[in-house]
Amino acid sequence: MTFTIPIENGDAGKVAEAESQRTLYPYVTGTSIVAIKYKDGVLMASDMGGSYGSTLRYKNIERMKAIGKHSLLGASGEISDFQEILRYLDELTLNDNMWDDGNSLGPKEIHNYLTRVMYNRRNKFNPLWNTLVLGGVKNGKSYLGMVSMIGVSFEDDHVATGFGNHLARPILRDEWHADLSFEDGVKLLEKCMRVLLYRDRSAINKLQIAKITEEGVTVSQPYSLKTFWEYSSFHNPTASAEGSW
Amino acid sequence: MFRNQYDTDVTTWSPTGRLFQVEYAMEAVKQGSAAIGLRSRSHVVLACVNKAQSELSSHQRKIFKVDDHIGVAIAGLTADGRVLSRYMRSESINHSFTYESPLPVGRLVVHLADKAQVCTQRSWKRPYGVGLLVGGLDESGAHLYYNCPSGNYFEYQAFAIGSRSQAAKTYLERRFESFGDSSREDLIKDAILAVRETLQGETLKSSLCTVAILGVDEPFHFLDQEAIQKVIDTFEKVPEEEEGDEAGEGEAEAAAVAPAEQGGAGAGDQDVAPMEM
Repeated sequence: MTFTIPIENGDAGKVAEAESQRTLYPYVTGTSIVAIKYKDGVLMASDMGGSYGSTLRYKNIERMKAIGKHSLLGASGEISDFQEILRYLDELTLNDNMWDDGNSLGPKEIHNYLTRVMYNRRNKFNPLWNTLVLGGVKNGKSYLGMVSMIGVSFEDDHVATGFGNHLARPILRDEWHADLSFEDGVKLLEKCMRVLLYRDRSAINKLQIAKITEEGVTVSQPYSLKTFWEYSSFHNPTASAEGSW
Repeated sequence: MFRNQYDTDVTTWSPTGRLFQVEYAMEAVKQGSAAIGLRSRSHVVLACVNKAQSELSSHQRKIFKVDDHIGVAIAGLTADGRVLSRYMRSESINHSFTYESPLPVGRLVVHLADKAQVCTQRSWKRPYGVGLLVGGLDESGAHLYYNCPSGNYFEYQAFAIGSRSQAAKTYLERRFESFGDSSREDLIKDAILAVRETLQGETLKSSLCTVAILGVDEPFHFLDQEAIQKVIDTFEKVPEEEEGDEAGEGEAEAAAVAPAEQGGAGAGDQDVAPMEM
């Protein structure tokens, strides 16, 4: 892929064709993704909501997709940009398959490709408004990384996007450890998703958990978490903060 | 080959279905000084003969590092070889930058072959006059390819190109079945022995050859003169050694092969143009 930056107006700022063609703000957005490495690979959780501003408009959006043989991509942010990214990756994996030579793009390669795409779009002031989570397993090695809409990219043992950064990561920092079993991993993710469900207004109670191992990707059927709304502090939420709502 | 009325343009077919300009380009490869490549499952060794224009000048570089995991040895028009090496380095580094991962050598040679093919189908271009022995790694291990001016490429266990390469090829044909499981040291030894075959009786000195190696856990690098000399010393101690020695065997076989080669190769040598090495 080649990236060219036109310098027509000599204006280093807005270089896309016309104002109306640059991404200015997102419209239909997905909320957090939470992902962890575990014993056999990577586990990723996301809900199935697509918000239109403050309206919880779409409730059946799959925000995690398998890429090639070895990777799983989860996205939060603008859903249409996520779909555009899936088209880019489709082309990439198709060409990779057509080589038919025993070599294949692994999660590290896909992660770096996405980093280049996101960063180059950011440089053109026309970002893909997503935070992407890329997990995968290749040749027994697990990989988990993240790319933001401005091209910041890194790898870690556990990642989260959006509100997940604030609500889920502290839980993961305390309770994640290497070689989690599948059951423990799912329990940990569900704990994070429950907190997000209580506290993130764009979260809905319909989530999927995806697993990627050396064998491949499986995305679970959507299900809901059991919630408890009878906590005493929920009864009188402003008891210790008079005047707030 | 003789001149004929179909050999002016690369875009003219002969009635027998040949593109003479492409075949002439392949002749240019045969005139260059020898380059040899061999591989095991995990390593590739490239070796070449250092030939200098005159005693006053230094020898031309014929082996290039393309990336930590890919190297190339050339024979023919070295200027063309240099340009293609630059292309290969560029492709390799662009891939590394985008994917943080080494470009599989099998894909690089296809790009190279496609580039060469373009020159066989444009009336305003000429084929590259250089043969490339590309050694490199991909997910399935070490590979050695030969890229031809015609745009064809082939994978080899071992190969030699350039002048008097037939002698080296004969030596390699006898031994190639064992290369797959060869140790790194044996592979280097076989490469230097193959180079010796092309020298036709000239004493093998480390200053006369360049050797480079790359492997699964070993980035591409050249062997220094000392290391090469040490390997040479193991078989070139004293020419009149006992029969049991590798050297003894090697010498006898070289002597048998040499007279057959001399006839053809000798004549070819006179026509080496100054731009070819």
